[in-house]
Amino acid sequence: MKINQFAFGAIAAVAASTSVIATAKADAVQDIKTKGVLVVGVKADYPPFGSLSPSGENIGIEPDLARNLAMRLGVKIQFVPVVAANRMQFLEQGKIDVLIATMNDTPEREKIVDIVQPDYYASGYNVMLPKTIHITSWSQMQGVPMCAIQGAFYNKEVAEKYGAEPVAFTGVAEALTALRQGRCNAFVYDDTAIEGKLQNPTWADYDMPLPSQDPKPWGIAVKQGEPELADFVSKSIIDWDKTGYILSLETKYGIKHSSFAEQMHAKYK
Amino acid sequence: MDLIAGWFSHLNDTTGINFTVFYDAFDRARFLNGFLVTLELCGVTITGSVLMGILGAWGQGARSWLIRVLVQFYIQMFRNTPPLVQVYFFYFGLSALLPKVTDNLGMQHPLIGGFIWASISLICFAGAFNVEIFRSGIEAIPNSTREAAEALGYTRLQTYIHIVLPLALRICMPALTNNLVNLIKTTPLAYAIAVPELLYVSNQIWSDDENVPEMMLLLFIIYIGLVGILVFAMHRWERALRVPGLGR
Repeated sequence: MKINQFAFGAIAAVAASTSVIATAKADAVQDIKTKGVLVVGVKADYPPFGSLSPSGENIGIEPDLARNLAMRLGVKIQFVPVVAANRMQFLEQGKIDVLIATMNDTPEREKIVDIVQPDYYASGYNVMLPKTIHITSWSQMQGVPMCAIQGAFYNKEVAEKYGAEPVAFTGVAEALTALRQGRCNAFVYDDTAIEGKLQNPTWADYDMPLPSQDPKPWGIAVKQGEPELADFVSKSIIDWDKTGYILSLETKYGIKHSSFAEQMHAKYK
Repeated sequence: MDLIAGWFSHLNDTTGINFTVFYDAFDRARFLNGFLVTLELCGVTITGSVLMGILGAWGQGARSWLIRVLVQFYIQMFRNTPPLVQVYFFYFGLSALLPKVTDNLGMQHPLIGGFIWASISLICFAGAFNVEIFRSGIEAIPNSTREAAEALGYTRLQTYIHIVLPLALRICMPALTNNLVNLIKTTPLAYAIAVPELLYVSNQIWSDDENVPEMMLLLFIIYIGLVGILVFAMHRWERALRVPGLGR
């Protein structure tokens, strides 16, 4: 009899837990509202997109976007710091509900997580130049020695397309030292990372005057099989583009308007 | 040429073994250029370091104590530090103290480029060992030979150039060959300061085409070839210079 009771209990428990999973699958948005908190994975080491303030608060464009999402849902926000190597796994394991962490939207990643359309941002490559150099177009890069990072895909492109001469070093610190010492006249790197460097007062004499090249889109991701949440995030992104919210965040954090954000604003305006 | 390109292209299509340098014009051009830079670097540093060794070994036996101390200081400096650190020291440390030229666009150009800094540091590194190698040869020359030269009216410099050095060279040949082989294998360090030699261009190529194993294999074969040629030439030279009875 005892055994029977136990078996019944176990079956009931299993049934109950499946029904919980079923409801979670049915509507992730409702689930978050019941929980009262939206858990978002953001970067903590990539200013101005996601970093920590001296008091330990998450600041930057992406935490602000996350706060906006939570506000729309009427729930509290909770941040989980992620890095490139663990961000999709955190999403799959349910440690976070939404991922906003400078992630490129690629077909391979779309197989693992649900990358919400439209993409919210894009980054390309650009060059960092001393302010003493007056250059207005990429064509003037012909024959210019350009510090670079060994293995970056755009080294070949700047050489083939613009005739620049990449001088590639093993690390960012070596390349920046070489730039400062005048061993090269420009530093080719991710535009968003250059923006971050330029915010540092030690690089006040440097600038990024040219338009970014070859932009690759960034996507916000949710777990696969959560269409309501994806739909909610998608609508929010379109609304950000419509109201120019991303452009205003760029201004707030002191970086230039990216052409991608401007295009999206024009498209949904 | 087309036949080779076609075959390697076919190899890539059918097996995925991707030797881009044999069929892609851009990759071939930069690989060839890298090979030439490596050859040039080897040539310059081998010549420079041997001269450095000869000069240093003469300095070690100089009458002036200042020259002797300077040579000793030089040897200790370059024998006791890693060559990669020396390359970085010259390129980032010393060169920052040199003046720069600014052109009309406001661009700065360093007076001494990466290739020359790499050559200087590698010459200094291998030269320090060469000094000691030549010293071993010089010390093996019997004092009586020197005295005989002196008796014939040779000055110290003349004795060094005409008697001591030619004999010493024959004695220290095997050790010299070893050090020069090591020097060839040290030249890829120049890639740390962006000198476009073989390892540097290979790195660029395998980053673009993701063919690391193929490029590694190619590098391996090329360095075996380069060192093989040097060893062969040195052995031939050693045999040509052989004086019957010396060192036996």
